Amino acid sequence: MSDSGDDAAWVPYKERPEWGDVTPVKEDDGSNPVVVIAYSEKLLQLTKDAVELNPANYTVWQYRRDILKALGGDLMSELDYMEAVIKQSPKNYQDPSRELELTGDALLHDPKNYHAWQHRQWAMKTFGLLTDDVRNNSAWNQRYFIVNNHLGWSDINVQKEICYTLEKIKFIKNNESAWNYLRGVLLHDKRGLSGNAVVTSFCEELYKNKCRSSYLLAFLIDICDEALKKGENNSLHNCNRAMELCAALANKYDKIRSKYWNYISTKFIKYQTESESNKNGADKLIE
Amino acid sequence: MHSIIRCYAEIDIEAFDFEKVHTDTSGDQMDVEHTIKKIYRQFERESSIDPELPKLKKNLHIKLLKSWLKDLPKNYECLDASRTWLIYWILHSLWILNDMPDSETLSQCVEFIKKCQHEEGGYGGGYLQFPHLGTTYAAVNALSIIGTDEAYDSIDRSSLQKFLWTVRDVDGSFALHRGGEQDIRGVYCAISIAKITNIYTDTLFDKTAEWVVSCQTYEGGFAGCPGMEAHGGYAFCGVATLALLNRTQLCDVDALLRWSVNRQMRLEGGFQGRTNKLVDGCYSFWQGAAFPIISAILSKQENKELIETVFFDQGALQEYIIICCQGPEGVGDPFVIGCPSNELNRVHPLHNVAPHFVYNAVHYFIRHPPPVKDKN
Repeated sequence: MSDSGDDAAWVPYKERPEWGDVTPVKEDDGSNPVVVIAYSEKLLQLTKDAVELNPANYTVWQYRRDILKALGGDLMSELDYMEAVIKQSPKNYQDPSRELELTGDALLHDPKNYHAWQHRQWAMKTFGLLTDDVRNNSAWNQRYFIVNNHLGWSDINVQKEICYTLEKIKFIKNNESAWNYLRGVLLHDKRGLSGNAVVTSFCEELYKNKCRSSYLLAFLIDICDEALKKGENNSLHNCNRAMELCAALANKYDKIRSKYWNYISTKFIKYQTESESNKNGADKLIE
Repeated sequence: MHSIIRCYAEIDIEAFDFEKVHTDTSGDQMDVEHTIKKIYRQFERESSIDPELPKLKKNLHIKLLKSWLKDLPKNYECLDASRTWLIYWILHSLWILNDMPDSETLSQCVEFIKKCQHEEGGYGGGYLQFPHLGTTYAAVNALSIIGTDEAYDSIDRSSLQKFLWTVRDVDGSFALHRGGEQDIRGVYCAISIAKITNIYTDTLFDKTAEWVVSCQTYEGGFAGCPGMEAHGGYAFCGVATLALLNRTQLCDVDALLRWSVNRQMRLEGGFQGRTNKLVDGCYSFWQGAAFPIISAILSKQENKELIETVFFDQGALQEYIIICCQGPEGVGDPFVIGCPSNELNRVHPLHNVAPHFVYNAVHYFIRHPPPVKDKN
């Protein structure tokens, strides 16, 4: 925002000789305006830089881009200028710059600023941003982006990412970001969510050691679900286990989501009745 | 709606377990929980005296909204490029509170919105501002709420359709304005505008559903554009767009449901926008509005009764909104916890036009086809 100390020297544009060939246009909201914002006299005078008054004014930014393009203006100094403006408005949806330094600065200030990350993905291809805050979901998402778009999901990369994630889960069991990332990585494992022995034994080990993180229980339910769908259900991963876990979540470990867990549970009840009626049908056929 | 109020002890046991590893995220979360717990404790004390609690301060909200429809305080300057939004938010809120302004005021709103219509088609956020999909969406919705012939007829639908073509990209995505950013908000605003005003054509939205689906992330929610992080506002835009295009079968609805239910905070009762972020009142709408759409999709896929199923805890959300998000009596300004840096939390978005407004508007525009049908 402009420094109020400049006020004394301020000359309105309409009084400047070099602007004499321009006719000012009045704000025209009609004779009965609504949602009238209280513009102060001082701010009217400060129209010299409309974007500083309102960095969210996309019209002004667009004018600036058009003018800069036409004049072949200095883009670097424009970036510096935008940096200064954007720093003052944390939720600006109009930040047109795409350079790394700017987003880096913005992320120092707010490590989860959505728009800064959006720009960062344009510009950077680095790795290992989770060291500061292992719960920062934007950094996990960035990790996924890099493997997905640059390194690729080769078998070895899938295994590497699984090991990395399990290490982080061992460290903090209630970190949803890490659990979500694990699911994301397993989308690229040919054996699916339930077929990776490293993952399933890791989860069962946690469970045996009394860990009752809702994310762990939810993950075990999905392992059961997939095993059932593949027809690979066993003594550990079956309908009854899944329904028990749903009940534990709904009544104790994840009560706020009880409706959801009850819904998931009904899916397993359906499985069970379907497989029983199939079995009965087959028995009848044999008789 | 079930309305069992959770007692303080029930809320307290849901506190965040930082597992002896402090990070910025855990610190921020624990700070917010501290504030929320204080509010809930205070509420328990007050409600033991006043059995009427919790109460929605309806008259107070109506009074503020009506005064804002005329004049806004100086700190709303930064919304000078969003004035059609202000009209839409206010009118929609007043409609929900069942106290619409008189017809003269509504007519003045139409007059003002007309001033925001750009000669190239679409609406800017104020007089002589460039047309923008967001402010156009707000203008069309506000006019639909007003719902008079004067309001409907004020829309130049031929130029509106031309404007949609100017911001459409070949990949099916939409930029918010000429030269502006392309993201899922643009797509949602465009399809919504086109469907309401009957200027939709298949070619205008060719490949759009495929582009939207490419925004669904490994977490299950949708991001602003492909590769970004799943986010409540964008998830609503994504699933709503697919529903309007009748292409919901393209997305992974089970993953979307899992991600969506997990955004409700176990202690606070409200929603967060992204994994490991803080609760904020505005996601009551963004996350909340995705649920009926998800229920509708599942009712088609699985069984009809699911259309009635609400997958989140309505009681806890209601508690959060009414107990935590309303300012103390006399102060006047309802506030929202979780985003203290956001000065504009007083008109936090309430983005859905009630079904009968959409119905009326759609039928009006069907009876009155646009003068020029898509030439592109």
